[in-house]
Amino acid sequence: MEKTSKHVKASLTNYSSRNLWGGFLFGLGVVAFIDETVFHQLLHWHHFYDKSTTDIGLVSDGLFHAFSWFATIGSSFMLADLHRRHAFVLKRWIGGALLGGGTFQLYDGTIQHKLMQIHQIRYNVDITPYDVVWNITALGMIIAAYFLLKNTNIRTEEHHAFK
Amino acid sequence: MHSNNHLPEPILWLQLIAVCMIAIGLYLIAMVISNRRFRKSWSIWKTLSFGIGVVFIFSAIIGPYAINAHSDFYAHMTNHLLLGMLAPILIAFASPVTLFLRVLNVKTARRVTEWMKSWPILLLTHPLVAALLSVGGLWILYTTSLYALMQQNVLLHMFVHVHVFIASYLFTISIISFDYLPHQWSFRFRSIVLLLALAAHGILSKYLYAHPPEGVSRIGAEKGSMLMYYGGDASEILLILIFCTQWYKSTKPRVSTSTHSFV
Repeated sequence: MEKTSKHVKASLTNYSSRNLWGGFLFGLGVVAFIDETVFHQLLHWHHFYDKSTTDIGLVSDGLFHAFSWFATIGSSFMLADLHRRHAFVLKRWIGGALLGGGTFQLYDGTIQHKLMQIHQIRYNVDITPYDVVWNITALGMIIAAYFLLKNTNIRTEEHHAFK
Repeated sequence: MHSNNHLPEPILWLQLIAVCMIAIGLYLIAMVISNRRFRKSWSIWKTLSFGIGVVFIFSAIIGPYAINAHSDFYAHMTNHLLLGMLAPILIAFASPVTLFLRVLNVKTARRVTEWMKSWPILLLTHPLVAALLSVGGLWILYTTSLYALMQQNVLLHMFVHVHVFIASYLFTISIISFDYLPHQWSFRFRSIVLLLALAAHGILSKYLYAHPPEGVSRIGAEKGSMLMYYGGDASEILLILIFCTQWYKSTKPRVSTSTHSFV
Protein backbone atom coordinates (compact mmCIF):
# COMPACT_ATOMS: atom_id res chain seq x y z
CA MET A 1 0.00 0.00 0.00
CA GLU A 2 2.86 2.31 1.02
CA LYS A 3 4.47 1.61 -2.33
CA THR A 4 1.33 2.52 -4.27
CA SER A 5 0.82 5.92 -2.69
CA LYS A 6 4.45 6.75 -3.38
CA HIS A 7 4.00 5.71 -6.98
CA VAL A 8 0.86 7.83 -7.37
CA LYS A 9 2.57 10.85 -5.82
CA ALA A 10 5.55 10.51 -8.10
CA SER A 11 3.28 10.52 -11.13
CA LEU A 12 1.41 13.55 -9.75
CA THR A 13 4.59 15.61 -9.80
CA ASN A 14 5.64 14.26 -13.18
CA TYR A 15 2.35 15.09 -14.82
CA SER A 16 1.67 18.35 -13.00
CA SER A 17 2.48 20.46 -16.04
CA ARG A 18 0.48 18.18 -18.32
CA ASN A 19 -2.54 18.81 -16.07
CA LEU A 20 -1.97 22.56 -16.37
CA TRP A 21 -1.44 22.63 -20.13
CA GLY A 22 -4.15 20.10 -20.87
CA GLY A 23 -6.56 22.29 -18.93
CA PHE A 24 -5.20 25.43 -20.61
CA LEU A 25 -5.87 24.06 -24.10
CA PHE A 26 -9.30 22.84 -23.07
CA GLY A 27 -10.29 26.22 -21.59
CA LEU A 28 -9.07 28.06 -24.67
CA GLY A 29 -10.95 25.71 -26.95
CA VAL A 30 -14.17 25.93 -24.96
CA VAL A 31 -14.18 29.73 -24.86
CA ALA A 32 -13.49 29.88 -28.60
CA PHE A 33 -16.26 27.34 -29.14
CA ILE A 34 -18.78 29.36 -27.08
CA ASP A 35 -17.73 32.46 -28.99
CA GLU A 36 -18.29 30.69 -32.29
CA THR A 37 -21.58 28.92 -31.55
CA VAL A 38 -23.39 31.23 -29.13
CA PHE A 39 -22.40 34.65 -30.43
CA HIS A 40 -21.91 33.89 -34.13
CA GLN A 41 -24.39 31.13 -34.90
CA LEU A 42 -27.19 31.44 -32.35
CA LEU A 43 -27.41 35.12 -31.45
CA HIS A 44 -25.92 36.41 -34.73
CA TRP A 45 -24.29 39.20 -32.74
CA HIS A 46 -20.93 38.78 -34.42
CA HIS A 47 -20.40 38.85 -38.16
CA PHE A 48 -18.61 36.21 -40.22
CA TYR A 49 -16.47 38.89 -41.79
CA ASP A 50 -16.50 42.54 -40.86
CA LYS A 51 -15.37 44.77 -43.72
CA SER A 52 -13.08 46.74 -41.41
CA THR A 53 -10.97 43.66 -40.63
CA THR A 54 -7.25 44.22 -41.18
CA ASP A 55 -5.05 41.61 -42.85
CA ILE A 56 -3.21 40.86 -39.63
CA GLY A 57 -6.60 40.50 -37.95
CA LEU A 58 -7.60 37.90 -40.52
CA VAL A 59 -4.40 35.95 -39.89
CA SER A 60 -4.81 36.13 -36.13
CA ASP A 61 -8.44 35.03 -36.36
CA GLY A 62 -7.56 32.13 -38.67
CA LEU A 63 -4.75 30.92 -36.44
CA PHE A 64 -6.90 31.05 -33.33
CA HIS A 65 -9.80 29.36 -35.04
CA ALA A 66 -7.64 26.43 -36.17
CA PHE A 67 -5.88 26.34 -32.81
CA SER A 68 -9.16 26.17 -30.90
CA TRP A 69 -10.37 23.11 -32.81
CA PHE A 70 -7.09 21.40 -32.28
CA ALA A 71 -6.91 22.45 -28.62
CA THR A 72 -10.37 21.16 -27.73
CA ILE A 73 -9.89 17.76 -29.33
CA GLY A 74 -6.22 17.41 -28.38
CA SER A 75 -6.81 18.33 -24.74
CA SER A 76 -9.61 15.76 -24.45
CA PHE A 77 -7.13 13.09 -25.49
CA MET A 78 -4.58 14.50 -23.01
CA LEU A 79 -7.24 14.25 -20.31
CA ALA A 80 -7.88 10.61 -21.20
CA ASP A 81 -4.11 10.02 -21.11
CA LEU A 82 -3.83 11.58 -17.61
CA HIS A 83 -6.63 9.32 -16.37
CA ARG A 84 -4.95 6.31 -17.94
CA ARG A 85 -1.81 7.17 -15.98
CA HIS A 86 -3.76 7.93 -12.77
CA ALA A 87 -2.16 11.35 -12.82
CA PHE A 88 -5.20 13.59 -13.10
CA VAL A 89 -5.39 16.50 -10.62
CA LEU A 90 -8.81 18.13 -10.98
CA LYS A 91 -7.98 21.45 -9.31
CA ARG A 92 -4.82 22.02 -11.28
CA TRP A 93 -6.57 21.06 -14.52
CA ILE A 94 -9.44 23.48 -13.80
CA GLY A 95 -6.88 26.15 -12.95
CA GLY A 96 -5.28 25.57 -16.33
CA ALA A 97 -8.68 25.66 -18.05
CA LEU A 98 -9.58 29.01 -16.44
CA LEU A 99 -6.18 30.42 -17.38
CA GLY A 100 -6.53 29.29 -21.01
CA GLY A 101 -10.12 30.48 -21.32
CA GLY A 102 -9.44 33.80 -19.58
CA THR A 103 -6.31 34.53 -21.60
CA PHE A 104 -8.05 33.85 -24.88
CA GLN A 105 -11.10 35.91 -23.95
CA LEU A 106 -8.93 38.83 -22.87
CA TYR A 107 -6.89 38.61 -26.08
CA ASP A 108 -10.09 38.39 -28.12
CA GLY A 109 -11.73 41.27 -26.25
CA THR A 110 -8.79 43.65 -26.37
CA ILE A 111 -6.42 42.91 -29.25
CA GLN A 112 -8.74 41.14 -31.72
CA HIS A 113 -11.89 43.22 -31.19
CA LYS A 114 -10.36 46.62 -30.48
CA LEU A 115 -6.86 46.76 -31.97
CA MET A 116 -7.30 44.57 -35.05
CA GLN A 117 -11.01 45.36 -35.43
CA ILE A 118 -11.86 41.81 -36.56
CA HIS A 119 -15.45 42.27 -35.41
CA GLN A 120 -17.34 43.71 -32.45
CA ILE A 121 -19.35 41.82 -29.85
CA ARG A 122 -22.61 43.33 -31.08
CA TYR A 123 -23.65 45.84 -33.69
CA ASN A 124 -25.97 48.88 -33.60
CA VAL A 125 -25.85 49.16 -29.81
CA ASP A 126 -23.66 51.02 -27.32
CA ILE A 127 -20.72 48.63 -27.22
CA THR A 128 -19.10 49.84 -23.97
CA PRO A 129 -21.05 47.72 -21.42
CA TYR A 130 -20.53 44.62 -23.59
CA ASP A 131 -16.79 45.23 -23.75
CA VAL A 132 -16.59 45.84 -19.99
CA VAL A 133 -18.48 42.64 -19.10
CA TRP A 134 -16.46 40.66 -21.65
CA ASN A 135 -13.07 41.76 -20.39
CA ILE A 136 -13.94 41.70 -16.67
CA THR A 137 -15.14 38.10 -17.03
CA ALA A 138 -11.81 37.32 -18.66
CA LEU A 139 -9.84 38.96 -15.84
CA GLY A 140 -11.97 37.15 -13.24
CA MET A 141 -11.11 33.81 -14.86
CA ILE A 142 -7.40 34.61 -14.86
CA ILE A 143 -7.45 35.67 -11.19
CA ALA A 144 -9.35 32.49 -10.19
CA ALA A 145 -6.82 30.49 -12.20
CA TYR A 146 -3.94 32.17 -10.37
CA PHE A 147 -5.23 31.06 -6.97
CA LEU A 148 -6.05 27.52 -8.08
CA LEU A 149 -2.66 27.06 -9.70
CA LYS A 150 -0.81 28.57 -6.76
CA ASN A 151 -2.69 26.24 -4.46
CA THR A 152 -1.95 23.11 -6.43
CA ASN A 153 1.64 24.16 -6.97
CA ILE A 154 2.35 24.22 -3.20
CA ARG A 155 0.89 20.74 -3.01
CA THR A 156 3.33 19.41 -5.56
CA GLU A 157 6.19 21.10 -3.73
CA GLU A 158 5.05 19.24 -0.62
CA HIS A 159 5.39 16.05 -2.57
CA HIS A 160 8.93 17.01 -3.40
CA ALA A 161 9.63 17.56 0.30
CA PHE A 162 7.90 14.30 1.13
CA LYS A 163 10.15 12.40 -1.19
CA MET B 1 -17.63 29.23 -77.61
CA HIS B 2 -18.97 27.42 -74.62
CA SER B 3 -20.40 24.51 -76.57
CA ASN B 4 -17.02 24.13 -78.24
CA ASN B 5 -15.37 23.55 -74.91
CA HIS B 6 -18.01 21.10 -73.80
CA LEU B 7 -17.83 18.97 -76.93
CA PRO B 8 -15.01 16.61 -75.94
CA GLU B 9 -16.35 16.11 -72.44
CA PRO B 10 -18.66 13.10 -72.95
CA ILE B 11 -15.70 11.12 -74.29
CA LEU B 12 -13.59 12.34 -71.39
CA TRP B 13 -16.30 11.23 -68.96
CA LEU B 14 -16.38 7.74 -70.41
CA GLN B 15 -12.63 7.52 -70.08
CA LEU B 16 -12.83 8.74 -66.50
CA ILE B 17 -15.53 6.23 -65.61
CA ALA B 18 -13.31 3.53 -67.08
CA VAL B 19 -10.36 4.69 -64.95
CA CYS B 20 -12.62 4.67 -61.90
CA MET B 21 -13.77 1.07 -62.58
CA ILE B 22 -10.19 -0.06 -63.23
CA ALA B 23 -8.99 1.45 -59.94
CA ILE B 24 -11.70 -0.29 -57.93
CA GLY B 25 -11.21 -3.51 -59.92
CA LEU B 26 -7.46 -3.58 -59.26
CA TYR B 27 -8.01 -2.99 -55.58
CA LEU B 28 -10.51 -5.87 -55.41
CA ILE B 29 -8.18 -8.23 -57.29
CA ALA B 30 -5.34 -7.28 -54.94
CA MET B 31 -7.61 -7.95 -51.98
CA VAL B 32 -8.47 -11.43 -53.27
CA ILE B 33 -4.80 -12.29 -53.88
CA SER B 34 -3.84 -10.96 -50.46
CA ASN B 35 -6.59 -12.96 -48.76
CA ARG B 36 -5.35 -16.14 -50.43
CA ARG B 37 -1.78 -15.49 -49.37
CA PHE B 38 -2.25 -14.30 -45.80
CA ARG B 39 -4.20 -15.90 -43.01
CA LYS B 40 -5.50 -12.54 -41.81
CA SER B 41 -7.93 -11.27 -44.40
CA TRP B 42 -7.86 -7.71 -45.67
CA SER B 43 -10.28 -5.40 -43.84
CA ILE B 44 -13.63 -5.02 -45.57
CA TRP B 45 -13.82 -1.47 -44.16
CA LYS B 46 -10.67 -0.52 -45.99
CA THR B 47 -12.09 -1.90 -49.22
CA LEU B 48 -15.34 -0.03 -48.67
CA SER B 49 -13.43 3.14 -47.86
CA PHE B 50 -11.44 2.83 -51.07
CA GLY B 51 -14.60 2.38 -53.13
CA ILE B 52 -16.34 5.40 -51.60
CA GLY B 53 -13.18 7.48 -51.94
CA VAL B 54 -12.83 6.67 -55.64
CA VAL B 55 -16.51 7.40 -56.25
CA PHE B 56 -16.08 10.76 -54.46
CA ILE B 57 -13.11 11.66 -56.65
CA PHE B 58 -14.82 10.84 -59.89
CA SER B 59 -18.17 12.29 -58.95
CA ALA B 60 -16.35 15.52 -58.11
CA ILE B 61 -14.85 15.54 -61.58
CA ILE B 62 -17.68 14.20 -63.71
CA GLY B 63 -20.81 14.22 -61.57
CA PRO B 64 -23.78 16.59 -61.81
CA TYR B 65 -22.05 19.08 -59.58
CA ALA B 66 -19.11 19.27 -61.94
CA ILE B 67 -21.37 20.57 -64.69
CA ASN B 68 -22.62 23.44 -62.53
CA ALA B 69 -19.17 24.11 -61.17
CA HIS B 70 -18.24 25.90 -64.37
CA SER B 71 -20.57 28.71 -63.46
CA ASP B 72 -21.24 28.21 -59.78
CA PHE B 73 -18.55 28.79 -57.19
CA TYR B 74 -20.60 27.03 -54.50
CA ALA B 75 -20.82 23.85 -56.58
CA HIS B 76 -17.12 24.13 -57.33
CA MET B 77 -16.43 24.28 -53.60
CA THR B 78 -18.60 21.21 -52.97
CA ASN B 79 -16.40 19.34 -55.44
CA HIS B 80 -13.26 20.52 -53.76
CA LEU B 81 -14.57 19.39 -50.40
CA LEU B 82 -15.07 15.88 -51.79
CA LEU B 83 -11.84 15.89 -53.75
CA GLY B 84 -9.49 17.67 -51.38
CA MET B 85 -10.73 16.73 -47.94
CA LEU B 86 -12.94 13.64 -47.75
CA ALA B 87 -11.53 11.46 -50.55
CA PRO B 88 -7.89 11.73 -49.35
CA ILE B 89 -8.85 10.60 -45.83
CA LEU B 90 -10.89 7.67 -47.21
CA ILE B 91 -8.13 6.58 -49.60
CA ALA B 92 -5.45 6.99 -46.91
CA PHE B 93 -7.47 4.73 -44.62
CA ALA B 94 -7.78 2.18 -47.45
CA SER B 95 -3.94 1.80 -47.34
CA PRO B 96 -3.38 1.05 -51.04
CA VAL B 97 0.42 0.86 -50.65
CA THR B 98 0.24 -1.80 -47.95
CA LEU B 99 -2.19 -3.84 -50.04
CA PHE B 100 0.06 -3.45 -53.08
CA LEU B 101 3.07 -4.66 -51.09
CA ARG B 102 1.12 -7.67 -49.87
CA VAL B 103 0.46 -8.98 -53.37
CA LEU B 104 4.06 -8.61 -54.56
CA ASN B 105 6.66 -11.29 -54.01
CA VAL B 106 9.15 -10.56 -51.26
CA LYS B 107 11.96 -9.54 -53.58
CA THR B 108 9.89 -7.03 -55.57
CA ALA B 109 8.20 -5.72 -52.44
CA ARG B 110 11.63 -5.05 -50.94
CA ARG B 111 12.64 -3.18 -54.08
CA VAL B 112 9.50 -1.05 -53.85
CA THR B 113 10.08 -0.18 -50.21
CA GLU B 114 13.70 0.70 -51.04
CA TRP B 115 12.46 2.97 -53.82
CA MET B 116 10.04 4.62 -51.39
CA LYS B 117 13.01 5.63 -49.26
CA SER B 118 14.44 7.69 -52.11
CA TRP B 119 14.65 11.43 -51.63
CA PRO B 120 11.88 12.50 -54.02
CA ILE B 121 9.34 10.42 -52.09
CA LEU B 122 10.71 11.63 -48.76
CA LEU B 123 10.44 15.19 -50.01
CA LEU B 124 6.89 14.86 -51.33
CA THR B 125 5.65 13.22 -48.14
CA HIS B 126 7.37 15.77 -45.91
CA PRO B 127 4.52 17.46 -43.98
CA LEU B 128 5.70 20.99 -44.79
CA VAL B 129 6.18 20.32 -48.51
CA ALA B 130 2.83 18.55 -48.77
CA ALA B 131 1.10 21.37 -46.88
CA LEU B 132 2.62 23.94 -49.23
CA LEU B 133 1.58 21.91 -52.27
CA SER B 134 -2.00 21.55 -51.12
CA VAL B 135 -2.93 24.74 -49.26
CA GLY B 136 -0.37 26.84 -51.16
CA GLY B 137 -1.89 25.48 -54.36
CA LEU B 138 -5.32 26.66 -53.26
CA TRP B 139 -3.99 30.16 -52.59
CA ILE B 140 -2.54 30.27 -56.11
CA LEU B 141 -5.74 28.88 -57.62
CA TYR B 142 -8.09 31.42 -56.05
CA THR B 143 -6.00 34.56 -55.81
CA THR B 144 -4.59 34.54 -59.36
CA SER B 145 -6.38 34.30 -62.68
CA LEU B 146 -5.88 30.51 -62.69
CA TYR B 147 -9.46 29.93 -61.51
CA ALA B 148 -10.85 31.92 -64.47
CA LEU B 149 -8.45 30.18 -66.87
CA MET B 150 -9.42 26.69 -65.76
CA GLN B 151 -13.08 27.44 -66.59
CA GLN B 152 -12.02 27.99 -70.21
CA ASN B 153 -9.88 24.92 -70.67
CA VAL B 154 -11.02 21.36 -70.05
CA LEU B 155 -7.50 19.95 -69.72
CA LEU B 156 -6.42 22.64 -67.30
CA HIS B 157 -9.61 22.02 -65.36
CA MET B 158 -8.75 18.33 -65.14
CA PHE B 159 -5.17 19.09 -64.14
CA VAL B 160 -6.28 21.35 -61.28
CA HIS B 161 -8.66 18.66 -60.00
CA VAL B 162 -6.00 15.97 -60.14
CA HIS B 163 -3.50 18.27 -58.44
CA VAL B 164 -5.96 19.09 -55.65
CA PHE B 165 -6.51 15.41 -54.97
CA ILE B 166 -2.85 14.31 -55.15
CA ALA B 167 -1.55 17.21 -53.07
CA SER B 168 -4.25 16.71 -50.42
CA TYR B 169 -3.58 12.98 -50.39
CA LEU B 170 0.15 13.55 -49.83
CA PHE B 171 -0.66 15.98 -47.03
CA THR B 172 -3.09 13.52 -45.42
CA ILE B 173 -0.61 10.62 -45.42
CA SER B 174 2.14 12.90 -44.11
CA ILE B 175 -0.05 13.75 -41.09
CA ILE B 176 -1.96 10.55 -40.28
CA SER B 177 -0.52 7.08 -40.67
CA PHE B 178 -2.65 4.17 -41.80
CA ASP B 179 -0.53 3.10 -44.72
CA TYR B 180 3.12 2.15 -45.17
CA LEU B 181 5.34 5.23 -45.21
CA PRO B 182 9.12 4.90 -44.71
CA HIS B 183 9.50 7.99 -42.58
CA GLN B 184 6.90 9.50 -40.29
CA TRP B 185 7.76 12.75 -38.50
CA SER B 186 7.25 13.31 -34.77
CA PHE B 187 3.75 14.02 -33.47
CA ARG B 188 4.85 17.45 -32.25
CA PHE B 189 6.19 18.53 -35.65
CA ARG B 190 3.19 17.12 -37.47
CA SER B 191 0.78 18.88 -35.10
CA ILE B 192 2.46 22.25 -35.76
CA VAL B 193 2.30 21.76 -39.55
CA LEU B 194 -1.31 20.58 -39.33
CA LEU B 195 -2.23 23.63 -37.27
CA LEU B 196 -0.58 26.02 -39.74
CA ALA B 197 -2.20 24.32 -42.72
CA LEU B 198 -5.65 24.48 -41.12
CA ALA B 199 -5.12 28.15 -40.30
CA ALA B 200 -3.98 28.95 -43.86
CA HIS B 201 -7.09 27.18 -45.16
CA GLY B 202 -9.39 29.15 -42.83
CA ILE B 203 -7.69 32.46 -43.63
CA LEU B 204 -8.05 31.83 -47.37
CA SER B 205 -11.77 31.09 -47.01
CA LYS B 206 -12.39 34.33 -45.12
CA TYR B 207 -10.23 36.25 -47.58
CA LEU B 208 -12.31 34.91 -50.50
CA TYR B 209 -15.48 36.09 -48.77
CA ALA B 210 -14.39 39.67 -49.35
CA HIS B 211 -12.18 39.15 -52.41
CA PRO B 212 -14.00 36.95 -54.97
CA PRO B 213 -11.77 35.08 -57.45
CA GLU B 214 -11.76 36.42 -61.00
CA GLY B 215 -15.12 35.83 -62.69
CA VAL B 216 -16.99 34.93 -59.49
CA SER B 217 -19.93 37.04 -58.33
CA ARG B 218 -19.95 38.57 -54.85
CA ILE B 219 -22.86 36.39 -53.70
CA GLY B 220 -21.24 33.30 -55.23
CA ALA B 221 -17.99 34.05 -53.41
CA GLU B 222 -19.78 34.58 -50.10
CA LYS B 223 -21.66 31.28 -50.34
CA GLY B 224 -18.65 29.37 -51.61
CA SER B 225 -16.23 30.75 -49.04
CA MET B 226 -18.57 29.96 -46.15
CA LEU B 227 -18.89 26.39 -47.41
CA MET B 228 -15.08 26.24 -47.66
CA TYR B 229 -14.81 27.54 -44.08
CA TYR B 230 -17.42 25.37 -42.36
CA GLY B 231 -17.06 22.34 -44.61
CA GLY B 232 -13.32 22.61 -44.06
CA ASP B 233 -13.91 22.68 -40.31
CA ALA B 234 -15.98 19.51 -40.44
CA SER B 235 -13.38 17.48 -42.30
CA GLU B 236 -10.58 19.02 -40.23
CA ILE B 237 -12.28 17.67 -37.09
CA LEU B 238 -12.13 14.22 -38.64
CA LEU B 239 -8.43 14.65 -39.45
CA ILE B 240 -7.62 15.96 -35.94
CA LEU B 241 -9.59 13.11 -34.31
CA ILE B 242 -7.66 10.50 -36.27
CA PHE B 243 -4.37 12.26 -35.52
CA CYS B 244 -5.10 12.44 -31.78
CA THR B 245 -6.28 8.82 -31.65
CA GLN B 246 -2.99 7.76 -33.20
CA TRP B 247 -1.07 9.87 -30.67
CA TYR B 248 -3.11 8.36 -27.83
CA LYS B 249 -2.35 4.83 -28.99
CA SER B 250 1.34 5.54 -29.48
CA THR B 251 1.90 7.01 -25.99
CA LYS B 252 0.20 4.11 -24.26
CA PRO B 253 2.27 3.35 -21.15
CA ARG B 254 4.09 0.03 -21.52
CA VAL B 255 3.19 -1.10 -18.02
CA SER B 256 -0.19 0.42 -17.31
CA THR B 257 1.15 2.40 -14.30
CA SER B 258 0.26 1.71 -10.69
CA THR B 259 -2.68 -0.67 -11.11
CA HIS B 260 -0.49 -3.06 -13.05
CA SER B 261 2.57 -2.82 -10.84
CA PHE B 262 0.94 -4.31 -7.78
CA VAL B 263 -1.27 -6.91 -9.35
